[in-house]
Amino acid sequence: MFEVAPFIPFFVAAVLGLLLRGWLRAAVFIAVPVLGLANLWLLGTSSASIEFGHYSILDFNLLLFKADKLSLLFGYLFHIAALISVIYALHVRDTLQQVASMLYAGSALGAVFAGDLLTLFIFWELLALTSVFLVWARRSGRAYVAGLRYFTLHILSGLLLLGGIIFYAQTHGSLEFGPIGLDGTAYGWMIFLAFGIKCAFPFFHNWLTDAYPESTPTGTVFLSAFTTKVAVYALARSYPGTELLVYIGATMACFPIFYAVIENDLRRVLAYSLINQLGFMVVGIGIGTSLAINGAVAHAFNDVIFKGLLFMSMGAVLHVTGKINGSELGGLYKKMPKTTVLCIIGAASISAFPLFSGFVSKSMVMSAAIKNGHDWVWLILLFASAGVFHHAGIKIPYFAFFAHDAKLPAREPPVNMLLAMSIAAALCLTIGIYPQALYSLLPYETPYTPYDVTHVLTQLQLLFFSALAFVWLNLRHLYPPELPSVNLDVEWIYRRLVPDAMRALFNRLFALDDRLRSAAVGGVERLVEGVASHHRADGVMARNWLTGSMVAGVVMLLGVYLVLGWV
Amino acid sequence: MSGEKQDFFDKPDNIRKMLRVFYGICILLFALDFVIHRHTEFRWEGLPGFYPVYGFVGCVILVFAAKWMRTFLMRPEDYYDKRELTDFNADSGDSLSAQAPSSAQVKPQLSGGHDHV
Repeated sequence: MFEVAPFIPFFVAAVLGLLLRGWLRAAVFIAVPVLGLANLWLLGTSSASIEFGHYSILDFNLLLFKADKLSLLFGYLFHIAALISVIYALHVRDTLQQVASMLYAGSALGAVFAGDLLTLFIFWELLALTSVFLVWARRSGRAYVAGLRYFTLHILSGLLLLGGIIFYAQTHGSLEFGPIGLDGTAYGWMIFLAFGIKCAFPFFHNWLTDAYPESTPTGTVFLSAFTTKVAVYALARSYPGTELLVYIGATMACFPIFYAVIENDLRRVLAYSLINQLGFMVVGIGIGTSLAINGAVAHAFNDVIFKGLLFMSMGAVLHVTGKINGSELGGLYKKMPKTTVLCIIGAASISAFPLFSGFVSKSMVMSAAIKNGHDWVWLILLFASAGVFHHAGIKIPYFAFFAHDAKLPAREPPVNMLLAMSIAAALCLTIGIYPQALYSLLPYETPYTPYDVTHVLTQLQLLFFSALAFVWLNLRHLYPPELPSVNLDVEWIYRRLVPDAMRALFNRLFALDDRLRSAAVGGVERLVEGVASHHRADGVMARNWLTGSMVAGVVMLLGVYLVLGWV
Repeated sequence: MSGEKQDFFDKPDNIRKMLRVFYGICILLFALDFVIHRHTEFRWEGLPGFYPVYGFVGCVILVFAAKWMRTFLMRPEDYYDKRELTDFNADSGDSLSAQAPSSAQVKPQLSGGHDHV
């Protein structure tokens, strides 16, 4: 057991990744999350609260590593996610991606174990800075502009966080990363909004659906694991029991499923469904009871794994066929049977089928909602659960692997991809069948039994009749076909409305400027013309004067002098 | 759900059999509501058939609402690209051009699905 902050080995591995190639780099990249997880486990079981790595900037005492059960759970999760994603990306030769992904995973760990707000801020910005390279690594025009938008929003989130921290430090004289709450203070709202942007709150969610699907097949798997879960962790630490979060979460669980139904890019469908799952976690944090918080973090844990599995299966499809649009895919189960089965395990987990991981965590949040009198929220979450099954559980596997056979040339993905997916699938099943393994790691001691007759029966009824709706709609040709299209979302404001408005404004300004300039030029021209007109052949200034009239003038002048002398 | 047998889903007979099993399970699950006493916490939850009806109706509404949303949200595939990528391509040449087809016109076809199962 070493007292070393978990991000350090990842950063060291990233530097080594620059120098090493081939199996040596692979060995280092696999060893770091495995050994890191073992070390963290020993640290976590050694004592109740652990902290080390004190340093100071200006007058503030900062802390690199502070752990309790909440941060330890996310720490374990991020090590597992890093391991799975690293294995999934082993075939990638692109050093930029490999290095960026290690730095990114390390930043997430740094943020989760940050002992104070300033340390959190540093890793918050590092998360944005390192992850944007995973978007750009696709090296397409779309990825480039999407990455720019992604980066801008995350920097905005970081600036809000920094502003909030400054106000917080002025008020409290400390930088403690603990409960903050929304009690009308400016810093409370600023930090809330900073966390909210990273957590893809409604109106700030489009960075996710914009950038994630534009990343590389392997990059998206890393992206889906860390950024939003760090935000969930930060919300759980600083804003538990904030009622506003219940309504924000319910909105997040609900609206993306409509988009997911009509979206064609299957990785974008998953991005929308990621927001939907975040909604469940945010509701749990908003309710704030020990059961609800446990449910939120347990669901975050499961979501990283099953959403990772789904992104991996779609990444495999993209890797093998070069296509990801539902309208171009279909019938791949014949050539990719293993990927199909693994994808279906992920789909069953996200849909919360009994014996799969989603079942044992989503229900905790729902049960907490109803126990705390949020009836309408419960109904919305129930609708969202049915909707998840509809778009992520059925649509993803159906349009990729079944439906009409697109007769694409395909084969199973490389063995490291299959291995990573198998590990994730095994975890989904293990947690689903033996939930106590996960429950024992949760921050609060609250007994909860997911498997009773009522719960299993009602969940199966909900899911089977959702599936029945899909079958009926499909047989009746009422199901919306997959169409190559773009669906407008909030991003339209900053991708179309504002640029158009700016363009119109500048055109107007240029026109005005043009008119002013031509008016000024015209004025000068008229002036020159006027002056010139007096000097031309017939002008006043160009006239000839008679000598006689000059003599008369002189005589008159002398006369005036004479008169003046007389007086 | 076995995807491992080659061309299993190509035979309409197999599909029909699977669907029949599926309908059977649905009926059984619905019927269990009248046999098993569920403990309930929500006032409508105790109604027999609450979950099946909610799941079915919810999903049908979801799909119809989403289809309706297409009427005013759907744009051609290159809606953003054709403008955003102009500047980018002018800078960097063709090697990094977007994969989007340039003029994929989308007509809002709102009825009919894929070839169904």
